[in-house]
Parts: sequence; structure tokens; C-alpha cells
Amino acid sequence: MLRYVLSRFATFLPTFIGVTLISFAFIRVLPGDPIIVMAGERGMSQERYDELVIQFGFDRPVLVQYWEYLTGVLQGDLGTSYVTKRPVWDEFFALFPATLELSICAMIFAVALGLPAGVIAAMNRGKFYDRALMSTALIGYSMPIFWWALLLIIVFSGNLGWTPVSGRIDLLYYFPDTTGFMLIDSLLSGQSGAFTSAVRHLILPTIVLGTIPLAVIARQTRSAMLEVLGEDYIRTARAKGLPPGRINGIHALRNALIPVITVIGLSVGTLLAGAILTETIFSWPGIGKWMVDSIFRRDYPVVQGGLLLIAVMVMVVNLTVDLLYGLINPKIRKR
Amino acid sequence: MSLLRLRNLSVEFATTGGRFRAVDQVDLDVDKGDVLAIVGESGSGKSVSMLALMGLLPWTAKVTADEMVFDGHDLSKMSARARRKIVGKDLAMIFQEPMSSLNPCFTVGFQIREALRIHLGMDRRAAQARALELFELVGIPDPEQRLKAFPHQMSGGMNQRVMIAMAISCSPKLLIADEPTTALDVTIQAQILDLLVRLRDETGMGLVLITHDMGVVAETAQRVSVHYAGQKVEEQPVRPLFRSPHHPYTSALLAALPERATDKRLPTIPGVVPGQFDRPQGCLFSPRCPYADDHCRKVPPAPRGPDLGLARCHYPLNTDERLAS
Repeated sequence: MLRYVLSRFATFLPTFIGVTLISFAFIRVLPGDPIIVMAGERGMSQERYDELVIQFGFDRPVLVQYWEYLTGVLQGDLGTSYVTKRPVWDEFFALFPATLELSICAMIFAVALGLPAGVIAAMNRGKFYDRALMSTALIGYSMPIFWWALLLIIVFSGNLGWTPVSGRIDLLYYFPDTTGFMLIDSLLSGQSGAFTSAVRHLILPTIVLGTIPLAVIARQTRSAMLEVLGEDYIRTARAKGLPPGRINGIHALRNALIPVITVIGLSVGTLLAGAILTETIFSWPGIGKWMVDSIFRRDYPVVQGGLLLIAVMVMVVNLTVDLLYGLINPKIRKR
Repeated sequence: MSLLRLRNLSVEFATTGGRFRAVDQVDLDVDKGDVLAIVGESGSGKSVSMLALMGLLPWTAKVTADEMVFDGHDLSKMSARARRKIVGKDLAMIFQEPMSSLNPCFTVGFQIREALRIHLGMDRRAAQARALELFELVGIPDPEQRLKAFPHQMSGGMNQRVMIAMAISCSPKLLIADEPTTALDVTIQAQILDLLVRLRDETGMGLVLITHDMGVVAETAQRVSVHYAGQKVEEQPVRPLFRSPHHPYTSALLAALPERATDKRLPTIPGVVPGQFDRPQGCLFSPRCPYADDHCRKVPPAPRGPDLGLARCHYPLNTDERLAS
């Protein structure tokens, strides 16, 4: 088992280097200059500009700059933001809990609705519920995220006034960041109404971010269930006189989960990418919004570091998913 | 009153090409302690009729029967819920492919205890004890360890023993074995058949053995029901059937036994079982029958009397022998 994990980590290395290369190259290919952006509308003198070019090391060949960046990364130094002058590492971990909180909620939303939807659709194959659920899933999958978000904001925040438009919590409440997770911190603070406010702020972003994974999980669960329901062991389960709920919910679902888990793992990547849009729309102070802001500011170290950390996150999640297979599918469990 | 009584059982499948009749007006009786073999080629409807009895057919199948009485209950008139109380408990079935018939995600112990807990309401400990007992009964060595194993960790023969243990866990009154040895090695086949017959002797349950292996029939069965293209074409006790088959199809099946071959080439029955679109107008066997005439091709034969093995034939064979005896 340990050898397997280590060999998987070995395959991480080329991916890791590739991500550093791409993030390093792409942000530099974008038109714009971080120094000019920094100067803002006032502009700056040519002497000051040349001074800063040397200070940031832009005068040296790109390959040398990349090499310095890469060696820094391998030593755990992701650089310092041009704008805030704080280490990228610190900024990332200050903002990451917000994204993680949103992503976890979105995932719970997607799995909690997607799995039952897929199972119900499979059990009613070709009938009304199947068609209704699967067309809804297709719509959810094809809908542009920003449009869906705006639609929800107009209806639920604008017309009905049920949910707030943006942010993580009402400005009325203030308490220290103990964990970085608003739901936990608001409970710990003991202020009445803080938790409810945090929950109300989470609802719309969760739905928006969870929609695509929800649709994917529902469709995958349905097709996996349909395949499993045709298996001989399901016939055996029926021959044993087990009730349908037990056959579908235990005997079939456990087998159908194997491909579904893969899809859930892959959705984590989609989720982090989707978080960039969702956070921007809802002014959610997470890494998505941070990345977008940094791209506009041409804050090279932040964009590079952020991309790299997101990529690592996705790789780790996929490894975890692979290890989870063993728990669900005894055939690949090592003895 | 027999344990199982089927009258006029028919099964039709709705297919894209119209209706297909897989089982056609079959009558069957099985008593306690009886071993009935159902034989026939692939596509003769032998499995489908038993799956219909168990209620295991997909929703595309339409089952009709005048009587489908098991142990005094008419299964065709019961709710699905009431039927589940009988199926798996008093009426059990094992299948052809033991490897794929067990759920790969659960230990065999879980799968056997599950039946005990659902039907007999046993607690965990009682179910475990009974499972151990059953594994010993079906001859699984080291039962305590084997209960913790997953199906893929055991051989096909062992898995079939697990299936049998599971099927007899609630002491069924009737066990249906659908080609239980087809997927197994020859040496294991004999062991499994011996086990089934021994269990029948010990428990007095009825046994229905679906097979296309006449050797298996000769060794284990008491009565034989021969099926062709969804119909029962003949039924006789095993010895008279082998000695004097009345239906030409039975006779051809027996002639096709490799053990009886004298020529260099193995004997075969020319042609195939008619399918959905080439069903003959008269006797279903007429296109392949060496004795068929125009009458056979036009008029479907009705079953003859019990003295002629209920043969569905206009010109039953071996009638002289009956007169002589």
C-alpha cells in the first residue's frame, strides 16, 4: 500500500513541474505589465520604472527567472505578492478556508441530491420521473454558471428578498477567525443570529457551485445503477426475497458507487474552477476571487502560486479517491 | 395436493418485434422429496418458466397461468410483498454462474446472514451460528474464515456451495437449481450434484433441476420433463424415459448423447429451436423431425395421455413396447 502511494506521488512530479511552467508562461504571455498596473493612473517616471524592473528581476532572461521561481517553489517559497507584499503562502491559507467551506457545502449539496436523483431515475427507467430528472440534469449541466447565479440572485435576493446578495456574513457581526470556516466561527462566537446569517449567505453560492457536479453525479449514478441492476447478483438478491429498498439501496448502490466516486473526485477540479466564477459573482472572499483580482493586477507570484496550489489540491483529491476505491471495492483491496 | 402445481403457465415478452412467447402452456407438478429434471436446448423456456414462478422476470415479461400454486398459496394472485415472504424462504433458487451470482461488494457471510435475518428474524449471533452450520452442511472447509471472504477470493465450486447454503438457509420446501453445474469443472459438477441430492434426502425438500445434460438427468432425477420451444413435449419417470421415449425430440436428444455415439461423428439434431419469427404453424418440432408429415406441419398436436408420457405428438414413438408390456 505504501509503495502504491509513493509511486503515485512519483507521477505527481512531472505534473507539478508542468503546472509551474504553464502558470509561469501564461501569466507572462498576457498583455500588461505589473509595474504599470501598480503605478495606477498617476503613472511613474522612467527612472523609477527601470529601478523596479531590476528590483523585480524582469531584466534577466525568462529562463533564469523561471529557474529561480522553480527552485524557490521546491524549497517551499512561493514568492511574495507584488501588491500586498505578503507571502503568497500566507495569503492563500488566509483565504482558502472560505473556498473550502463553499466547496464542501456545494459537494454535500451535489451528492445529497445527485445520488438519490440517479437512483430514483434508474428505478423508474424510461418513465416520467426518469425523464423529468434527467432533462433537469441536462439543463443544469448546460446552463452557464454566471447566468444561473444572476437568475437566482434576481429571484431570491431581488424579488423575494430571502437571501443576501453577496459576502459571507452580515456586517453586523464581528468575531475573530478561529478556524476560517464561517459556519464554525459564527457558532463559536455565540452571537445570536450569526450562524443563521452565515447559512443564509451560503445558500445561493452553494446551489450555483453545486449545480454542475449535481447534474454529473445524477447522470453517472443513473447509468451505473442501470448497469448494476442487470447483474446476476441483483437477481440473487431478489430470489432471496429482499425488499426492493434493500436491493436498490444496499446491493445495487454499493456497486454503482464505484464509478460514481471517480466522478465525484473529478468534480473537485470542476468545483475549484467553478469557485472562481461563483466567488466573483457573490463577492465571496476565497481563493477564486483572489485569483481573479490578482490576474487583473498582473500579480505574477500570486497567480503562479495560486494555480500551483489548486493543481496540487486536485492531484491530492484524486489520489485520495483512488485510495477510497479499496474501501468500496473489495476486489482491489490489498490483503 | 402437490407442493408445486403449475397449470397452463405462459410467459410472453414484449419485444420491439412484437410479442414473443417463451413459455407456452406448461403444466408441472412437484411433490415433497421429488427430483424433477427439466431438460431442453437453449431457448426452450426451461429457465424462464422457473424464473416466472420466482417472480424474477423483468417487467417486459407477461406471466399468465390458470394455477401457480405453491404450498397452498396461489403465487399469481399474491401481492409482491406477500410473495417476498415465500420467495427466498420456502421457495429458493440457485443459478448457473456462481461467480457472478454473488454480490462482489459484500462478504459471503453478510449475504448468507442477510437472508436469515430478513426471513427468520434472527439476531446477529444466531445468524452467524446458523451460517457456520450451513457452511459445514454444504462442505465448505474452514467455515469461520470463509464466512469473512469475498466471492472473488473463492473458486466457482466454493461459490456454488455458498449459493446452495444461502438457498437452503431457511429450510425451503422447494429448491430450483438452474443449471447449477454448467459453469463448473466436471469433478466439481459431481460433488455439487451429490450435495443437492443429499440435501434433498436429509430435508425432504422438492428439487427442480434445470439442465441440458442428459448425464446429469440420468444420475439424479426421478422424473424428467422435456421442453422444446417453450412447450413441455414429454414427461416421464427417468427410467422409462431413457428406455422408451415417446416424443421424437426426446428420442433425438437421447440419440445425441456422446456416450451413445457409435459413428466417428457425434450425432446432432439438425436445425435450431424456432425463434420469434420462424415459429411453425403446426407442431413446433416438425421442421426438425424426421417423422413429420403434412398433418404435423399444419395441426399443432395436443398432449397425449399419461401412458404416452403426455407427449405432444401426432405419432408418438415406442407405442408397441407399451402394448407388449
